[in-house]
Amino acid sequence: MSSIACKADFPLLSQQVHGRRIVYLDSASSSQRPQVVLDTMDDYYRTTHANVHRGIYAIAEEADRRYEGARMAVGGFIGAPDPEHEVIFTKNTTEAINLVSSSWGRCNLRAGDAVLLTDMDHHSNIVPWLTLAEERSLELRWLGIDEQYRLDLSELDHQLDGVKLVACTAMSNVLGTIPPFAQIAERAHSAGALVLADAAQLVPHLPTDVGSLGCDFLAFSAHKMLGPTGIGVLWARRALLEEMPPFLGGGGMIRDVRHDGFSANVLPWKFEAGTPPIAEAVGLGAAVGYLESTGMEAVRKHEMNLTSYALDTLSERFGENLRIFGPPDAEERGGVISFAYRDVHPHDMAQVLDQSGVCVRAGHHCTKPLMRHLGVSATARASLYLYNDESDVDALAEAMAKADTLFG
Amino acid sequence: MTGLEDLYREIILDHYRSPRNRGELPVPPAHRVEGFNPLCGDEVVLYVELDDGTLSDIRITGQGCSISQSSASLMSAAVKGKSISKVRGLIRTFKAMMSIHETCLGEDSEGASSNGASSDKAAVDLEALGELAALQGVVKFPVRIKCATLSWNALAQSLDEIGAG
Repeated sequence: MSSIACKADFPLLSQQVHGRRIVYLDSASSSQRPQVVLDTMDDYYRTTHANVHRGIYAIAEEADRRYEGARMAVGGFIGAPDPEHEVIFTKNTTEAINLVSSSWGRCNLRAGDAVLLTDMDHHSNIVPWLTLAEERSLELRWLGIDEQYRLDLSELDHQLDGVKLVACTAMSNVLGTIPPFAQIAERAHSAGALVLADAAQLVPHLPTDVGSLGCDFLAFSAHKMLGPTGIGVLWARRALLEEMPPFLGGGGMIRDVRHDGFSANVLPWKFEAGTPPIAEAVGLGAAVGYLESTGMEAVRKHEMNLTSYALDTLSERFGENLRIFGPPDAEERGGVISFAYRDVHPHDMAQVLDQSGVCVRAGHHCTKPLMRHLGVSATARASLYLYNDESDVDALAEAMAKADTLFG
Repeated sequence: MTGLEDLYREIILDHYRSPRNRGELPVPPAHRVEGFNPLCGDEVVLYVELDDGTLSDIRITGQGCSISQSSASLMSAAVKGKSISKVRGLIRTFKAMMSIHETCLGEDSEGASSNGASSDKAAVDLEALGELAALQGVVKFPVRIKCATLSWNALAQSLDEIGAG
């Protein structure tokens, strides 16, 4: 089981830190970029850049073509039925969810309405709803977590009573848990609720089809899927987007502006105020191309195999000294492995690993409600992607053992 | 000395494993203040009691990494029973040590002394800090400085809130 993507495609992975090869295990936080993404963005700036939707000259038209081409590519990647109108470029997942809470939420949620969240969601899919709940006197409900680190759906139908929106992660950034999203969406729709998928961890790692997921809104970020920072995506059903008011106001999102008001542009530009991240969109398009040429089924299979290998390797080596927070079965989870090792604090573990060139994240991972549920203040987290292989997992295990000499 | 051994000195690990002055004090007369590091989740809660210009007692609870918790423990041992003005002085000295550029410590000290901009910082009196000087290795790991200063900022806040010295 070697990596399915050549490490040599990713310039950063050939760097050295502290005199050792870099072992990058923090892709759940942000992935690295292949050369083709860097080259595509560089080429865009060198040959094409002009502002979009404005210029009547050759390079401006080409900039338009490349920007809108990226939209179509992204839409195709997630199975959007009408990508031309339904794919909105945002700053990141967080902004995409804030777009929904601000625009759809303010129009559709009234005092006493309920929104159903989960204990394993990222702050980006909690805080926008806390803000709106305070503003509109909404009721927030929470799906809990069972002993196998799955969402506890035993009371779902009861909890859905009176709910207008279910906002749920499609894959936990801490536990790796992949909830049965289609099942949740079906039951939510039966109860009259809409469904938002925080797909920041899903889209980079699993084949994604908005129709099969059954979501009404889907949010994700480019930088976790081999693309650049500064651009994310909101997909939503066109009928919803047509009814929603603009999010941010400014240039590009209007049809007309008068002293006494304005009328909004058509989709998708209604939601893209100001000069958008053009080179970033083009880079995201190249990242999508790279992932498609590798094949998302192959990415998923590789990560499942590597996750199994990592869980086995670490458990065998460290036994009861290691606690892994997440489902034991790789079929039910992504390649995000949160752990506690003996009584070594996660920050200290990350510091020890860094000396061996191993990059992991330590902290609450923007999931404080989940940390409280787990009864910890922080975890260390190693996360895998298509460029990782067994040698990276082995390097992690070797480096973890060094904590014994310091903290023994 | 490798970097990590510089960071995790024995005295730091000792205070991490066996923190001094752990616990709570009744409020009042003690003053309670919390310190949070929102990025990483470290927290300390200080209970400070003053008596006639002296920091007569201090207790600490909280959770976090070895650096944040050992720094709090070392601090409690260093300030307990000291006059407020001495405590203020220790806070200043400790924070000066934490803001010193890493090249001002260790191998490159000559270079540092020839650098006028950092000469005042290079004058940090490590001897006055006693055991606390063990934390000087932290400055080579800039992201951990906030771990080391967490309890000190909370102590300064506590003295400010009480209106002491």
